[in-house]
Amino acid sequence: MHPALSVIVFTTLSGIGFGLMTLLGIGLGAHDLAFRWTAVVLAFAFTVIGLLSSVLHLKSPSRAIFSFSQWRSSWLSREGVLSVLTLGVFGLYSLAFLFMDMRVAGLGIAAAVLALVTVYSTSMIYAQLRTVPHWATWLTSAAFLCFAAAGSLLLLAALLAVFGAAGARQTAQYALVALVVAWAVKALWWRRAARTTLDSAGSGIGQATGLDRIGTVRPFELPHTSPNYLMREMAFQVGRNRARALRRVAVLAGALLPALLVLLALVTGPLAALLVIAVLVHLGGMLAERWLFFAEARHAVSSFYGVQ
Amino acid sequence: MTTLPQSTAKKLGLVIDLDICVGCHACAVACKEWNTGAYGAPLSDQDAYGAEPSGTWLNRVHSYEVKPKEGPAQIIHFPRSCLHCEDAPCVTVCPTGASYKRAEDGIVLVNEDRCMGCGLCAWACPYGAREMDMDAGVMKKCTLCVDRIYNDNIPEEDRVPSCVRTCPANARHFGDFADPDSAVSRMTAERGGFDLMPDQKTRPVNKYLPPRPKTDATQTAGGCGKPATATPQPGGLLGWLDRALAVID
Repeated sequence: MHPALSVIVFTTLSGIGFGLMTLLGIGLGAHDLAFRWTAVVLAFAFTVIGLLSSVLHLKSPSRAIFSFSQWRSSWLSREGVLSVLTLGVFGLYSLAFLFMDMRVAGLGIAAAVLALVTVYSTSMIYAQLRTVPHWATWLTSAAFLCFAAAGSLLLLAALLAVFGAAGARQTAQYALVALVVAWAVKALWWRRAARTTLDSAGSGIGQATGLDRIGTVRPFELPHTSPNYLMREMAFQVGRNRARALRRVAVLAGALLPALLVLLALVTGPLAALLVIAVLVHLGGMLAERWLFFAEARHAVSSFYGVQ
Repeated sequence: MTTLPQSTAKKLGLVIDLDICVGCHACAVACKEWNTGAYGAPLSDQDAYGAEPSGTWLNRVHSYEVKPKEGPAQIIHFPRSCLHCEDAPCVTVCPTGASYKRAEDGIVLVNEDRCMGCGLCAWACPYGAREMDMDAGVMKKCTLCVDRIYNDNIPEEDRVPSCVRTCPANARHFGDFADPDSAVSRMTAERGGFDLMPDQKTRPVNKYLPPRPKTDATQTAGGCGKPATATPQPGGLLGWLDRALAVID
């Protein structure tokens, strides 16, 4: 699948933003005024930038308003509705949190649950697609949710440390655990992906054309002489070496370096500085992970073009 | 509404006969011609006369080489367009309600006034039936020539999809699969018409007829490229000449 920057930024940033809303909603964080403002502004910034980025993916964004209408059948519509609902409920919660230093438990829990369900519905936009066998698994949703948790816990720990608030060390420990869990899930996802092909999912070239009932099928001549929308969008191919290099970047920047930085911060170093660096490095790693999520996924349509 | 109808009164669709298709692309061209001036936005082209021409087409004709376990390979031409699936995943994923399946005849259509061009329906379709129009910014797909088949202003013989009307080999047939006595239903039953990618659980309406089994020329003529082993004995004048030459020799 074509790795569009808009969708990579959307899934990565909105995951961390909604994760932070969940954490603040269930009462994590501190009373410190500067912390409260920074945390709330960042939660909104991550989600809103993510959602606006997803609008850049649309060819006719002026009709985006209609996308709130089909929540009965469409995960993309549900994601839109839930995003707006979450922003609204978290907005109300933030008003009391910011201006009265008050945690309205009902609103907080509601925002937390809504935020998690929103991340889940984001993941289902991809996990629902039988046409992309790499994505069509519950592991996709698990990975999206776990990465949202890890990224937001890391961000929260960094914020607490920056403002010298209590709980930074403990949150950093949670973040470390979440990082390990998230990457364990991703390792399972990658293991499954390595064994999942279009053929094994019933959409190889033989099944796509139905000509496997006669013999071995291979493309003889393509329908057109230069790439079309289908080939650009769905039959995107990434070089094996480039994919391997990016996977190393994803694991190194997304998992190993942030974990090392958190450990270092917990044992010795300046907590705030190291955690902030950990957040930034992790974010870079996540963008690489998400790029690969799209670029390495094979779509059934590519079978018609003989692209495996 | 992007929920699917429980059932449709008619199931209009196509039968494509892979035995007959000669791969001339006339269906694709006729489709482009009709649909660029018909339902919805025109089918645009980008860089049409440049180095990398690209455009929106609702019908594409592939050619495949198929090698059976025994015997020589064969070339099969394979037109690919929307199959108007009963469980159309492109419809249910649509967030705006632009994609819908008609309850009366099962045709899957896009209401372009509601399409925001997110492209998710194209991702959901295993058959590559949907192509984004880069000029109009909306998703285009086969309409089964909805503006021909019910059109009282054109002669009756033209009230079939443009691809069917134009096919010079008669490899494409249009009809109602809900009627077991329709020509398309009978053809499908007699010839073993099949679904593409049944594992995708889309329940396509369109059916493909498999190529008929080939007689193997290499088996009947005693080997590929070799003359038959038994020399025929000529009779008549040639026979006399043959015998006379044999005497001289």
